[in-house]
Amino acid sequence: MKRQSMKSKRQIKSSLSNWLFLAPCLFVLAVCAGWPLLRTVFFSFTDATLENLRESNFIGIDNFINLARDQEWWQAVLNTFLIVAVSVPLETVLGMIVALILHRNFRGRGWMRAIVLVPWVIPTIVSARMWAWMLNDAYGIVNELLLKASLINEPIPWIASNSFSLISIILVDVWKTTPYMALLLLAGMQSLPQDCFEAAEVDSIPLFQRLMKIILPLLKPTIIVAMIFRALDAVRIFDLVYVLSSGNSANATMSVYARKHLVDYADVGYGSAAATMLMFFIVFLGVIYAPFNRKKLQNLD
Amino acid sequence: MIKNKWKRYYLKNLIFYAICFLVAIYCLFPFYWAIISSLRSSADLFSTEIFPSRVTFDNYKYIFTDITFGCSFWNSLVIATLTALITLAVCLLAACPLARRRFAGRKRVLLIALSVTTLPHVAVLSGMFEMIRVWDIYNEKSALVLAYMIITVPFTLWTMTNFVKSIPKDIEEAAIIDGASQYIILRKIFFPLLGPAVVTTGLLAFIAAWNEFLFALTFTLTNQARTVPVSLALFSGASQHELPYGMIMAASVVVTLPLILLVVIFQQRIISGLTTGSVKG
Repeated sequence: MKRQSMKSKRQIKSSLSNWLFLAPCLFVLAVCAGWPLLRTVFFSFTDATLENLRESNFIGIDNFINLARDQEWWQAVLNTFLIVAVSVPLETVLGMIVALILHRNFRGRGWMRAIVLVPWVIPTIVSARMWAWMLNDAYGIVNELLLKASLINEPIPWIASNSFSLISIILVDVWKTTPYMALLLLAGMQSLPQDCFEAAEVDSIPLFQRLMKIILPLLKPTIIVAMIFRALDAVRIFDLVYVLSSGNSANATMSVYARKHLVDYADVGYGSAAATMLMFFIVFLGVIYAPFNRKKLQNLD
Repeated sequence: MIKNKWKRYYLKNLIFYAICFLVAIYCLFPFYWAIISSLRSSADLFSTEIFPSRVTFDNYKYIFTDITFGCSFWNSLVIATLTALITLAVCLLAACPLARRRFAGRKRVLLIALSVTTLPHVAVLSGMFEMIRVWDIYNEKSALVLAYMIITVPFTLWTMTNFVKSIPKDIEEAAIIDGASQYIILRKIFFPLLGPAVVTTGLLAFIAAWNEFLFALTFTLTNQARTVPVSLALFSGASQHELPYGMIMAASVVVTLPLILLVVIFQQRIISGLTTGSVKG
């Protein structure tokens, strides 16, 4: 009896100390994520404005109804999904190529790794500005090179025209996120049994067949998880679009739309409703992701 | 026959290095072009020579004497450093029980952290705005440090937990047998062994805070309070149509070079940090 109570006392003490260690982290998460998130959902049912946050009135689901009626919102939804649907597969393919290169042991691999990380580390705003300069319709190097190679007859308005501007956004996004994709795929490749690769190499099976018959099937779980991971990230794209579409609402994404209404038009209620909808989209994607998450948590044990 | 084999070997290698070269150009050219453009005088700016014939440092002179740019550089430095330090302190403490102990709610904490990493930042904007206004820290550095926690803490928590897990348990057990308290174990065993992990995750947190744009754009108002990405995004010339691209490129190079140096020095660490615990099966 006595031993038992001592044991449980010790258990309580140890579990208490666990939570003591976790407390600062949980506090930060609650203050920075939990509470603001709840407030945003709350605001989305009110007519709050930036000047008048506290004394707002509850207006039910009016914001959401107005949102559903707004053509611009649906354009933003469409743009966001176009960006995700084109950019994620593209960067998976490119990332795969880079990962295959980095997986090989060769002279200068360290340098190659550093080079590949460069687009990832450059601040998004800097990338956007750099590419905006390169894609400038009158003086940009891209048009110049394309003209010289006579692939086009007249300069393409990469930034100014709506449809081309969306292409530019996707182009820069792919450029920027390929390194991260490559690293995820590389990590997956390195956790596979290496003898498979070696055996295939010894049998001198051509690279393409090796890719289709060995690497891709083995790597499929990693590829799926990495793609969902990136899709979750791409849905909330903001920085690139903000700079490259230069305030043109025809190219806005959901994040840009929500912020515009929230801050520029000071309509906190309506902006929050848009942000809440974006969150729902992500939760929906996250539900698809959930089975993979469970696996990840199991890996932790 | 043997000659043929050698030929094929060389050809294969040649193709491989050619692909490497193409990938390197693809990754580096935009930054190279930014450097080249920043070294051109405004008269030469629209030339499209790949290798410049004349070089001038006027744009850099302007950038380094510009008060606004100096301010934002300093702001970014302070904010990113503070963010990284606080994140590390908070996550180091939390990662130890999460990696070592089994207790009710452990998985839930990790799952919450994981969900927060996927949260759209615009969804916390209005709630955060209210909080910042109530605490009267709008347009202050502390507002951004606070906001950046939502980006850095969940990610660092995951990475750190995985790093702690990779420390062999025997060392800890030996210390327990020797009668070391939990605090001693933490200070004398975990912290020294976690040195590399701390450098890696700290670096990643610093980079994330340095590059962040949405919060910085929303929670600052004056030129003096802006961070580097915001000043760069809002940097414009006399009119919309004649942007001072030479200066913008010079500023871009200045804010990016430190990061690229970090990448070259710490590439292996950064890669292990980015992939630890992110996606493995």
